[in-house]
Amino acid sequence: MIDSRNFSFANSGDKIASMVVHGVSALGLIVMVFILWFLFAEGIPVLKSVTIGDIFRSSDWYPAEEPPALGMFAIISGTLIVTLLSSLIALPVSYLFAIFTAEIAPSWLRNILKPMLELLGFLPSIVLGFLGMVVVAPWMQGSFEILTGLNLLNASIFLGIMILPIVGSLVEEALSSIPEELRYASFALGATKWETISKVVFPAALPGILSASLLGIMRSMGETMVVLMVAGGAAIIPDSIFDPIRPLTSTIAAEMGETPVGSAHYHALFFAGLLLFLITLALNMLSAWIESKGKIAQQ
Amino acid sequence: MLNINKHSSNDTKIQIETKDLSLYYGQDKVIKNISFNIYERMVTALIGPSGCGKSSYLRCLNRMNDFIQEARTEGEITINGSNIYDKATDVIELRRKIGMVFQKPNPFPMSIYENVAYAPRLFGVKDREKLDEIVKSSLEGAALWDEVYGKLKTPGTGLSGGQQQRLCIARAIATEPDILLMDEPTSALDPLSTLRIEELIRELKKKFTVVIVTHNMQQAARISDYTAFFLLGDLVEYNVTNKMFTSPDDRRTEDYITGRFG
Ligand SMILES: Nc1ncnc2c1ncn2[C@@H]1O[C@H](COP(=O)(O)OP(=O)(O)OP(=O)(O)O)[C@@H](O)[C@H]1O
Ligand SMILES: [Mg+2]
Repeated sequence: MIDSRNFSFANSGDKIASMVVHGVSALGLIVMVFILWFLFAEGIPVLKSVTIGDIFRSSDWYPAEEPPALGMFAIISGTLIVTLLSSLIALPVSYLFAIFTAEIAPSWLRNILKPMLELLGFLPSIVLGFLGMVVVAPWMQGSFEILTGLNLLNASIFLGIMILPIVGSLVEEALSSIPEELRYASFALGATKWETISKVVFPAALPGILSASLLGIMRSMGETMVVLMVAGGAAIIPDSIFDPIRPLTSTIAAEMGETPVGSAHYHALFFAGLLLFLITLALNMLSAWIESKGKIAQQ
Repeated sequence: MLNINKHSSNDTKIQIETKDLSLYYGQDKVIKNISFNIYERMVTALIGPSGCGKSSYLRCLNRMNDFIQEARTEGEITINGSNIYDKATDVIELRRKIGMVFQKPNPFPMSIYENVAYAPRLFGVKDREKLDEIVKSSLEGAALWDEVYGKLKTPGTGLSGGQQQRLCIARAIATEPDILLMDEPTSALDPLSTLRIEELIRELKKKFTVVIVTHNMQQAARISDYTAFFLLGDLVEYNVTNKMFTSPDDRRTEDYITGRFG
């Protein structure tokens, strides 16, 4: 028989574990609420100096002038455009890479490609930014005869390189998790390899692929160092992919240190942070929602 | 040696002719020079202890062994007059003519309708009415229509195990194959679902040649016309099912059927 003391001990172990788990998640939630509260508290006061309409409609960002011009339209656009372009570059490449690795490559090649991709993911973003600055920018400037090589395209390429390993690995995992039986069922019906991938495997993995993509998009949107170094830093709405831009993240990073605490500029930067936070939160929730939908569909 | 033509009466046509077939996985010879004929619109059961090569043989018939890297065959399998291991064989076309049902029901994670329409779509049927018709007749053919006609848009994975297996049968017959291969199609099912599938197989043989692997002796006796007994890669005995289960020619068959080994 099981000793009753033993039993209660095991039980209390369970209780402790569950308390720890609940405690940690509660802590996470508290920190989250605190950050949100902090961003609101420091960001909202900007509305004393500028109207919400001006923030979103005006592109005039001259925060050091008196009175400061705090229009964020160009900066918000910069963030959205660079995120969009980097995703357009990186997502298809990630998908193709993942499909090749998971479905087509023989196992010896897969065993080389997967760690290689993961290794790329370990590159610090400052190294990528450095490459963009000293290698790609001069080359771009020379070969396209443009004003500066530090621009939207350059930033998008390096943001893309940065999210490729994340999205690629996650999509590869999503594809690999699709049971082999489904592939055999398809082949036995006379489907080719490509038909099986495009009509069975990829759709079956779609929830995982979408949430991997959203994760990549969020990462791209939140990245600071790469855009700070290679996006050019002009708060304008770009006319072409060779125009410099200035996204929210690099604006905050570059200006926060030089602004007096409590100034309108200071509050405006927190407001920018709040915007970023809210956009990522929305994407996060979208991703969680897609995943839960996917789980239901699988059952 | 077996006299492979002994049981063919005049009104039964040969559907699959296996001649001196061997299969290797790397160095292992798992099917050893077997020869026999499978007859058109008959149910042929493959029986034998675990690991004797039944599934491997079944996979030879639609070349699914091609996906196993180290698999290699010798000998011939002739279907509709041509050797399927011939260089000129179009494997896609071959698999279209041969349906396969797996041990574990494996519907695609898509709607019931899309599951059945999958293969016809691959082969170019685009017309909605034509597809509707194929889906209906295939589901009827698999004795599933009455249970699902109101929910064709719902996921096939939401059906019960037995229904899923019948959905897989519907999916396999949607391209109107000549042959239906089934690898222990009822081993994952409850007795009632098993019975339904057995009834269905008796129906199916009116239109298809059925080759079924089973571990269930009663099942083989109930539904098959011919039975092949495999042992360690050898075809020990191939006979009319009635004969096989009443007075088998080979001692080992008798031992196996009566449960003395395997
Ligand atoms: N993919 C494979 N690679 C290598 N060897 C295999 C493979 N599949 C089967 N074998 C081997 O081939 C032999 C025959 O296997 P097979 O699956 O055909 O047997 P079976 O009669 O279907 O058995 P069961 O009744 O358990 O399903 C076994 O020894 C098995 O280990
Ligand atoms: Mg088997």
